[in-house]
Amino acid sequence: MEIDIRHVARLARLELDAAEAARLGAQLGQILDYVAQLDGLDTADVPPTTHVLPVATPWREDAVTARIDREEVLAAAPEHDGEAFAVPKVV
Amino acid sequence: MAASGGAWEAVIGLEIHAQLATESKIFCGAPTSFGDAPNLNIDPVTLGLPGALPVLNRRAVELAIRLGLAVGSRIDRASRFARKHYFYPDLPKGYQISQFEEPICVGGQITCDVDGVEKTFGLTRIHLEEDAGKNVHDPKTGRSYIDLNRAGTPLVEIVGEPVLRSPADAVAYMKAVHEIVVALGVSDGNMEQGNFRCDANVSVRRPGAPFGTRTEIKNVNSFRFVGRALEYEIARQIAVLEEGGAVVQETRGWDDDAGVTRSQRGKEEAHDYRYFPDPDLMVVHVDEALIDAIRAELPELPRARRLRFEHSYGLSAYDADVLTQSPARASYFEAVAGGVKDPKLAANWIMGELLATLNREGKDLEASPVPAAALAELIALIEGGTISSKMAKDCFSAMVADGVAPAAWVKQHGGQITDEGAIQAAVEAVLDQSPAQVAEFLSGKEKVIGYLVGQVMRQTRGKANPQQVNAVLRASLEARR
Repeated sequence: MEIDIRHVARLARLELDAAEAARLGAQLGQILDYVAQLDGLDTADVPPTTHVLPVATPWREDAVTARIDREEVLAAAPEHDGEAFAVPKVV
Repeated sequence: MAASGGAWEAVIGLEIHAQLATESKIFCGAPTSFGDAPNLNIDPVTLGLPGALPVLNRRAVELAIRLGLAVGSRIDRASRFARKHYFYPDLPKGYQISQFEEPICVGGQITCDVDGVEKTFGLTRIHLEEDAGKNVHDPKTGRSYIDLNRAGTPLVEIVGEPVLRSPADAVAYMKAVHEIVVALGVSDGNMEQGNFRCDANVSVRRPGAPFGTRTEIKNVNSFRFVGRALEYEIARQIAVLEEGGAVVQETRGWDDDAGVTRSQRGKEEAHDYRYFPDPDLMVVHVDEALIDAIRAELPELPRARRLRFEHSYGLSAYDADVLTQSPARASYFEAVAGGVKDPKLAANWIMGELLATLNREGKDLEASPVPAAALAELIALIEGGTISSKMAKDCFSAMVADGVAPAAWVKQHGGQITDEGAIQAAVEAVLDQSPAQVAEFLSGKEKVIGYLVGQVMRQTRGKANPQQVNAVLRASLEARR
């Protein structure tokens, strides 16, 4: 299956050189071909599966329980000003 | 919207985001409080740390259902969360958890008045999602600073059908939605804090033609801005088309100072969100018992209450509007109206004396020095003829100042004088003392009767029934002709 590997790479913010693009494009195509075998099955009588686990999502009550220490979190960031994460200018 | 080359029609659809009134975030127990220092209200789920798993906040689901039921949506018994992927620094996971193919509420409608005409606008859906964090850009350092306090805050996105045809439609619709979410307690609706905001999709076409290319005006957090931004954008699109150009599908921002929308094409690149069901969250099952319980607690909506006040109490649209400004005011009115003959009189007293007093004293109705039962008692005394309206005002002042009961006040000050003989005596006394005015009246200058009424009221210390005084005065004056 042909895929637009450049588009996929851009969505994932990956930089690929020509050799990587060719290799990964081919590999991803093969994966899709593999999954596409399922299209050959007759699923007319099979109800759609919404989730592989047959359970409802659990709920929590609306209560404040958890917070983590800001200093500890910021310490793991490449750059911060003591309160906020700092990143290259976006807009 | 007449323009050279014929009429254009605007096609507008709003996507409104309302922050749900919960204590904690939609998928974790970090708080949703506003105004805290950056990054205090965060936890591993907010940060999207490896291994952190989302657990759905029950209250957020209940509030979405509450809104859906109030606007006539179908509540889906099984809805799903999906991941919407994009990269932005305020989105730690690289995706937003939202609902895509199976939202919790489907359909519904909003009814509102646009320039006095009742209109009903359809909803596509209402779905649950999480908010992103906040970026602050500092031109001095050339950096952006990320505060994730808001990330993971629960939102409902209320998606309207593209059935609005003018900025006025859009503003009325947005106000109606706001009124509903606030009345339901679904959201505090605080627009300054960004807790109620909308994205406006707009295009123009010749009537009957297929939809034109639309633009999206992002993140508008005031009714006035929505109206102005749409006016501008519609005119801009018409001008582009009439010059033979084409509208570019894009996101635009409203700059209220400049009064223009501006392209934000930079942020636009590759709108390919790659939605798929979030494997961390399973199907959200909502059972009948929960839906019934929420339905049973739905309050009367403001618009329904306004219409009921007009029809059941015979109030004007204006009075009904003023009296339904808050649930407290509405129930105060109903309590007073229930104890008197004429609801209109109850409305006048509340909108006049009572609100003026509360205003002056800077008090809420909840802290009113005059309880509804006491005001009803006072009005009943007027209706029964025990006191005049003028006396009632004096009594009301005493009720405000000393909390005295109307009956006690009447006992102390005496009721209205309705005894014909007593009034006659007072009238004769005044006429005897006012020969000049009597002569004036008899010569045809009837306006002088106002002065004479005043004198009689003074004589009776304001207690004579004014209608009777008037009638007796005229008769006595004629008798002196």
